[in-house]
Amino acid sequence: MHMNYKHLIVFLFTILLFNCKEEKMNLVRIEGKKININDSIELNQEIDDFVKPYREHVNKDLDSVISYAVDTYSKSDGDFNTAIGNLFADAVLEQSNIIFNKRTGENLDMTLLNHGGIRSIISKGNITTRTAFEIMPFENSLVAVAMKGQTIQDSLVRYLSRAKRAHPIAGLKIKLDKDFKAIEATINNKPIDPNKTYYVVTNDYLYHGGDGMSFFQTNDSLYDLNYKVRNALLDHFKKVDTINPVRDDRFIKLN
Amino acid sequence: MKRREFLQQSTAATALVTLGGLSLPSFTTGSRETKITILHTNDVHSHIDAFGPNDGRNPNQGGVARRATLIQNIRNENPNTLLLDAGDIFQGTPYFNYYGGELEFKLMSKLKYDAATVGNHDFDNGIDGLLAQLPHAKFDFLSANYDFSNTVLDTFVKPYKVFKKDGIKIGVFGLGIKLDGLVDKKMYKETKYLDPVEIATDMSRILKDEEKCDLVICLSHLGYHYRNAPNKISDLNLAKATKNIDLIIGGHTHTFLPKPTVAQNMEGKNVLVNQVGCFGINLGKIDFYFDSDKNKSAKGTSIIV
Repeated sequence: MHMNYKHLIVFLFTILLFNCKEEKMNLVRIEGKKININDSIELNQEIDDFVKPYREHVNKDLDSVISYAVDTYSKSDGDFNTAIGNLFADAVLEQSNIIFNKRTGENLDMTLLNHGGIRSIISKGNITTRTAFEIMPFENSLVAVAMKGQTIQDSLVRYLSRAKRAHPIAGLKIKLDKDFKAIEATINNKPIDPNKTYYVVTNDYLYHGGDGMSFFQTNDSLYDLNYKVRNALLDHFKKVDTINPVRDDRFIKLN
Repeated sequence: MKRREFLQQSTAATALVTLGGLSLPSFTTGSRETKITILHTNDVHSHIDAFGPNDGRNPNQGGVARRATLIQNIRNENPNTLLLDAGDIFQGTPYFNYYGGELEFKLMSKLKYDAATVGNHDFDNGIDGLLAQLPHAKFDFLSANYDFSNTVLDTFVKPYKVFKKDGIKIGVFGLGIKLDGLVDKKMYKETKYLDPVEIATDMSRILKDEEKCDLVICLSHLGYHYRNAPNKISDLNLAKATKNIDLIIGGHTHTFLPKPTVAQNMEGKNVLVNQVGCFGINLGKIDFYFDSDKNKSAKGTSIIV
């Protein structure tokens, strides 16, 4: 009996061995398709239950109220500057300067961000953590760049005069004539000194030339603030009870 | 004792010869068939929950709990299934911001993903951030053209892996996109990007000739095709410039292909290139049918897409 059993194993093994050796498998047909995942497919309850505590925690945190907006603000409310863009640029300047000043003893002079980087409106009413995630869903960080006044005048201001977009700025003021030529540009309300070094805060995407902003990288002094753009917004919202930003004269065009 | 062992062995040997000799004809007449199913996702970008009913673009689509059901149904029908992801697992919903990718990896492990490649956004918390989450991933990360040897990821990412399903050997290798200019250097650190065509040439040779794989799959995050930069390396260009690859599963460009593309490789042979958009809205499914019947294979491989 014992022997027979062993024989059987040997026998099966032999079949397997010959089977593999003799039989070459050839690819005869390929079928490919895309399957849409939608509500016609039932939820896997075990997976859904696993996600649940994570979902509840994230939602509870995202929905916590951190400030209040007196109105609804959109990046399309203005040709050269908008209330939401001004809020964004001012908040970044103020929050980043806390870190920059502590580290270098110097102060930031201006902010330049990009219009496309405002990813959502701020709706009238409660501002929650989710609001900051909607405005800034990306993980970009803030950087400070030391730039000569000459470079700012020649490239940064020139870029803005040609862009014809409400890129968020703070600290810098620009007046364009009817032909989009910059006839006045100031930093901290003083004419730009070509020989002075200014500290400009922007995000790492723009620093690397995003949105055609090729002028940052020619400058060798870069300060990585290790501070996410979204966190600057969150910290600002947490600091103020109410936001009430306005469109102002920081970037205008004369008719 | 000795004698008994000897007897046993000799009997076994006899059995082997006789049975082998006798059985051969019967094996060649009855042909064997098998099917290998490849399931794939790309650019899921932390989309764990389905889009809500009011979403402007993709209402009620996606969601990992539904994907789990679909995958389980397919596995029940064919256990010889591989589940792959072409990168950019991270970034896109607050789940990533709050948990750093832990939940994404845990869920992919529960869904029994077999392998994934590294996308550019998988560096969003730096190479250290990716390493920190790897203990939650019970599947392999494959990348052949990222040289991680001078980074913390060294030994954690393999160039390729060979899977065996029902006697069929399936070789899968990974390819990543050029990081310079796309990802901040402080995030990817000393990761070296190697030429995708050269590496794919090496990989397909190793998998086909040395590992004797029946199927060679490239898991790519190069992007499907760049209309404004047609010479930039992409999945379609990779297909043309290589041989011995059966399927390129792509990502990065969030391309919603209505069906897999049948491209031609450098030898004029067919290569399937597929990509299923993004955010876990779709699942790609490619079935490879194998047959031992020489008459069937003589007709070549038919592709139904």
